[in-house]
Amino acid sequence: MSATYIARSTAVAARRLGEEMVVMSALDSTLFSLSEVAAVLWEAADGRTPLDRIVRERVCTEFAVDEATALRDAEEFAAALAAHGVLLVSAQPIEPPAAQAAAASGDPR
Amino acid sequence: MSLMEEIIGKALALGVPLTVHVDLTYRCNERCEHCYLEHDDKGEMSCEEISRLFGELADAGVFFLTLSGGEPMMRRDFFDIVARARALQFNVKVKTNAVLIREAEARRLRALGVEQVQISVYSHRPEVHDAVTKLPGSLGRTVQGIRALRAAGLKVAVSNVMMRSNLDDRKGVAQLAHDLGASYFVDPTITPMMSGDRSVLALRIPGSELPALFHDKELVGDPESFCAPPPPVGDDERNARPCSAGNSACYVSPYGDVYPCVQFPLPSGNVRKQSFLDIWHHSPQLKEVRSIRTGDLPVCSSCAHLGTCTRCPGLAWTEGNMRGPSSTDCEKSFYRTGIPSANMLARGLMTFPAGTAETALAAFAPVARPGLGLIQIAPVRQTAA
Repeated sequence: MSATYIARSTAVAARRLGEEMVVMSALDSTLFSLSEVAAVLWEAADGRTPLDRIVRERVCTEFAVDEATALRDAEEFAAALAAHGVLLVSAQPIEPPAAQAAAASGDPR
Repeated sequence: MSLMEEIIGKALALGVPLTVHVDLTYRCNERCEHCYLEHDDKGEMSCEEISRLFGELADAGVFFLTLSGGEPMMRRDFFDIVARARALQFNVKVKTNAVLIREAEARRLRALGVEQVQISVYSHRPEVHDAVTKLPGSLGRTVQGIRALRAAGLKVAVSNVMMRSNLDDRKGVAQLAHDLGASYFVDPTITPMMSGDRSVLALRIPGSELPALFHDKELVGDPESFCAPPPPVGDDERNARPCSAGNSACYVSPYGDVYPCVQFPLPSGNVRKQSFLDIWHHSPQLKEVRSIRTGDLPVCSSCAHLGTCTRCPGLAWTEGNMRGPSSTDCEKSFYRTGIPSANMLARGLMTFPAGTAETALAAFAPVARPGLGLIQIAPVRQTAA
């Protein structure tokens, strides 16, 4: 199975609010409130750490969830945020400048 | 409840300042007749001081950051400041007159991930707009700036500050905003100058013009619902905080002064002397603002409009009492519904029981004191172009 990498877009605003994470796309102003688990994924989305490793080392150690379920949920989460351009998903490690360039495309209205 | 309302509710519960407005400078290249600022530089924060402030704001949980002025682009380090804000992942909105924005500046703002640029336009007619700004050619330059921002892919909101002098140009400005691909909203807020000078209030829209505005579908959506009598006031309304100012929002001046809101100039601390978080959590002034619930307000708590009024505690403070009525908002509520406020009744402006809107309006005009006929309306709806 090939690895999946996730990286936060630079075209977003993000802030922790209690245990949740508030994220807004600068492209289309979509607002997200990420749960405690999703916030862990978001903060670990450095473009270099494979998603399965994030799930294994960060999610499964902090939350009572089996790895297969957590990975499936994490992939769905990543796909949903990627659809709004706030998270980048790739089979290759993602460098920050690429994240910026990818996020800068598109009409924000 | 919308997601935004949930987030605001959570910020209130956690004591987080979700929204902060920072004026980077009071200097400006325009001299708008209604402006509440003095434009001399009396010791602005340096880029490094602002950068340190941004770090403190991020630590405090601030998410929405408005950068304004004066004209913020009068600062040579403006883009450096925006870059530092964006590096800390704030949602950044810039308020500018766009006079200094051309293609290069627009592209740079876009690349930095600014979420929205808000620009004041007073009229679609240069002779009216330029008379307000006192800068010849300013409308043309502002429109050029908006075009550049839109071409770069930025969201632009046109703010139409309404006064006596441009009251007839609202539809023209709305059409201009639409043609430029910008959203449009009415901003009728004319506030006393920070120095306390209230002479600019004479520019406000005459109260007699408000019923027509409140019944304009383009502004309010459903006039029947918008102008309906207020529903009965319950415990939720009495226990509510009057405003986000000082509760989940605050303002920082170019000199580091912290106020509950840009419209509520109650000195509450200075970030050059204390950390922002120290001020936010421990300022006696902010604590006092935060302690107020609408049910505590001596006059307003008995008002039929308590649950629906746009009462501004900052304007009330400039009238002498942060717990008192904001008479401009009293009059807005009256002109919207035809039902006098408790404040108006207490002051003897209304001596009859509440009747229909037509009856009340007809009765109000002859008895209104000259100084109270000038009132404002709150932004009522942001219409996407």
